[in-house]
Amino acid sequence: MSDERTVGDERIVSTATNPDIDAAGFTADTKVDSILISADPHPATKPEGFSVVGKALPKTDAWSKVTGAALYADDIVLPRMLHGKLLRSTQAHARIKSVDASRAFELPGVVAVMTGADLRVKYGILPSSPDEEVLACDKVRYVGDPVAAVVADDELTAEEALELIAVEYEPLPAVMSIDAALRTDLPKLHDNPRRTNNVHKEVHLEFGDMDAGFAAAVKVFEDEFFFEGNTHAPMEQHSVVASAGADGKLTIWASTQTPHYLHRIAAQVLQMPASRIRVIAPPVGGGFGGKTEPFAHELVAAFLARKTGRPVKITLTREEVFFAHRGRHPVKMKIRTGVKSDGTITACHLQTWLDGGAYGSYGVATTYYTGALATVTYKIPAYKFDGCRVFTNKPPCGPKRGHGTTQPRFAFECHIDKIADALGLDAAEYRKRISVDANTTTVNGLRVTSCGLRECLDAAEKRSRYAEKRKMLTKGKGIGIAASAYLCGAGLAIYWNEMPHSGAIVKVDRGGGVTIYCGTSDCGQGSESMLAAIVAETLGVDVMDVSVCASDTDLTPVDLGSYSSRVTFMAGNAARQAADGVREKIAQVASEKLDVPIARIGFARRRVFDVADPAKSLSFLEAAQAAEARFGTLAAPGSYAPPRHNPDFKGSGVGPSPAYSYSVCVAEVDVDLETGEVLVERITLAHDVGRAINPDSVEGQIEGGVYMGIGEALMEESAFRGIEHKIPNLLDYKTPTSLDMPPIETIIIETNDSEGPYGAKEAGQGPLNPVIPAIANAVAHAIKGRVYATPITSDKVLRALDADGGAVLRVRRAPAHA
Amino acid sequence: MSIAPAKILASLSINGSVVECAFNPNKTLLEVLREDVGLTGTKHGCEMGHCGACTVIVDDLPVLSCLTLAVESIGHEIRTIEGVARDGVLHPVQRALAESGGAQCGYCTPGIIMSAVALLEQNPAPTREDVAQGLSGNLCRCTGYTKIIEAVENASAELRSAR
Repeated sequence: MSDERTVGDERIVSTATNPDIDAAGFTADTKVDSILISADPHPATKPEGFSVVGKALPKTDAWSKVTGAALYADDIVLPRMLHGKLLRSTQAHARIKSVDASRAFELPGVVAVMTGADLRVKYGILPSSPDEEVLACDKVRYVGDPVAAVVADDELTAEEALELIAVEYEPLPAVMSIDAALRTDLPKLHDNPRRTNNVHKEVHLEFGDMDAGFAAAVKVFEDEFFFEGNTHAPMEQHSVVASAGADGKLTIWASTQTPHYLHRIAAQVLQMPASRIRVIAPPVGGGFGGKTEPFAHELVAAFLARKTGRPVKITLTREEVFFAHRGRHPVKMKIRTGVKSDGTITACHLQTWLDGGAYGSYGVATTYYTGALATVTYKIPAYKFDGCRVFTNKPPCGPKRGHGTTQPRFAFECHIDKIADALGLDAAEYRKRISVDANTTTVNGLRVTSCGLRECLDAAEKRSRYAEKRKMLTKGKGIGIAASAYLCGAGLAIYWNEMPHSGAIVKVDRGGGVTIYCGTSDCGQGSESMLAAIVAETLGVDVMDVSVCASDTDLTPVDLGSYSSRVTFMAGNAARQAADGVREKIAQVASEKLDVPIARIGFARRRVFDVADPAKSLSFLEAAQAAEARFGTLAAPGSYAPPRHNPDFKGSGVGPSPAYSYSVCVAEVDVDLETGEVLVERITLAHDVGRAINPDSVEGQIEGGVYMGIGEALMEESAFRGIEHKIPNLLDYKTPTSLDMPPIETIIIETNDSEGPYGAKEAGQGPLNPVIPAIANAVAHAIKGRVYATPITSDKVLRALDADGGAVLRVRRAPAHA
Repeated sequence: MSIAPAKILASLSINGSVVECAFNPNKTLLEVLREDVGLTGTKHGCEMGHCGACTVIVDDLPVLSCLTLAVESIGHEIRTIEGVARDGVLHPVQRALAESGGAQCGYCTPGIIMSAVALLEQNPAPTREDVAQGLSGNLCRCTGYTKIIEAVENASAELRSAR
């Protein structure tokens, strides 16, 4: 019986016993707890064999965070420190005729001013689109575009000085939508002689035989969807402190997920050797992709710290965080899918139009990502993708959790439900039937290794009692399912090079303490705890024996950064390799001292021992000291570069990953048929993470993904009124509060990826993706009509009730103008 | 040199100690705590009273320090995250949050802890709904609140059993 396979190895992760969990599944409306299911194809490496991996331990930084001791960028205070402020454009699109900051400079307390002319260097996170200036030189492109900067003795003076800067604008027509950007009669945001409109990037890819695929189809389905833009809104406002030493060396402390990229770009923009710049990322107060590229305020602070010879701090206001943005692209999508009568997909054509905002950011990659991963979830034998990103006069869009894959996942999973309904198939069973298989290659050349998608579907379906509830729910209640896949890091770095994507050094000191040096940036996802756990497991020490020295370009080997869910897989592998290097040395010495073959040397509980006779042992400290005496300083490096499997076509660099995580969400909703309000009553989410290094952290990532998914599904939107951001504050930009969260049941599926560190894959970005379409599908189930655009707000629900067959459910019709 | 009004000298009662400090009278309690007293554990996420990150306890009530002038706090008992652990021993709310993974990026955590401590002092046996209500003014973007609510429930049970 296939069900036995997944439930046979099930265990409850939480140490608290939960009487609500029984073998038959969950009792509805009870407090839920996490389940871990093993679908491990390599049973030789059972988690029971591990001391640290698989244990729900507190995070290593938990104590500093609950006591307020953790120092974030804005908590750093240096002697003689100045405070900086940016003057931002009041125009969406305008030529700058003049900027006069002389009056600001005269204000007592002002130490320096800066305008675009001070640093005329174009840069961009992607080498293919260097279209940003530190401060706008000739043109502003959105309300909020930085134009000038002031540093003063205190923040208030700097703020006051901004008022004294005179900027003369020559306004241009603003381009505020995808449709407007495609027109040829509006001014272009960026000079590009090859374009007559505001298209930034076009992608056209085709794989397999599309004609044959559609010819073989019994039915062809076509749908159009729109995913509204939204933003990360990390709780910490971006902050930077820059200080130039007397020797001219520049140190930048920044709330960044990517210290290495800031290091590179700062060197390029400031035109100084990278060896004279040190970038440190203190604990980052939330990122979600919003702090993955260099920002104007960081480069301004660095420039002015050098110019004034004094440390400079710039912390963005919350409104400025909305302007800095780099959030979710609004995307319009068209899907056309051919299927056989049993639902087997024969061909699929996906078209996407992305509203990129004013600058390139990661947008070229985002454009590819809206198409690249469509094939990693369900089998698609022929696939065509056309993507188009446009420039508009809005804050630039970039990567947000799920980078470019979230929007098409919403569209595709809604589309799949519609196909299932039309063919009379159960939506969950249908998904299982068309799921990709482990160890296969997709039509666009992506290598799928471990794959727990079917296990996720099974577990989520069973735990939520999906099939049963799908048939018997009452009016206004709905249940929906959706699936997704996500990267474990991008297969290629954003700039071409053949060096590792992650590096680590492990060092053992004479007191038995272990330090790992790694360039990762912990933005709350728990990368430091992950590294500590992997090193502790490898060396058989306690997690608290391991110190993590991270995200300091002077001290740590490069890690490309905390984005694209790459850290556990890549930095984790580098850390394991480094720890293995140290372990080998210790094992060799221990083998001689204990007179035991080296292959029999084990490491656990701070002992180094003979696995055949554990009484024969040395303490870790003794063994480490003996190894240092023998080999000298006890340290070893580790590196990781993903395997090169990308096929040879332009754009093939986006999509490949050393592994893919899988997630399935079942959402249960209650829709108020009078008001259109959607209440999420319960979420069940299964996530194939390969191996949970720390199940509590994985669970936390899943819960956070569910939360963010609920926000994006129901309320979060980057709305504009004319040229202005309508709601650049945390009151009007609605996010779910503690009162809006339903019970979440998390199910961790372990497939023990053969290339991941201790079998681990990513956890965190993936589980956001299925939440939004699962809610959309549940709403469609509840109202017998469909909302084709996010967020699924009351007005859209009421319109769908009127437009679709759900009209019979409707209590009162919406006003005609709605 | 500054354009700010002249500083005043005041004594503030913070975490059981009297702290004498000079600050501009237009400064908020948040700014004075962070900039003039050096207590950076209290965070800011909006400075408009929307996010709850700056929550401190003034005379047993949770207060948004970004909306409170420091001069209003003179003569009142102010408690910040730095004063929650006593003699190196974590408050049950802190310990529960650390153990449950209720702090991810940790930026909202001090504000959450202050709201939770105030809640448990006023209502030692809150229901899950009471806890969710008590924390509804504190935004968190990482956790989905689930582990935070569980941690406060656990801390509440621990505090009651110790009584």
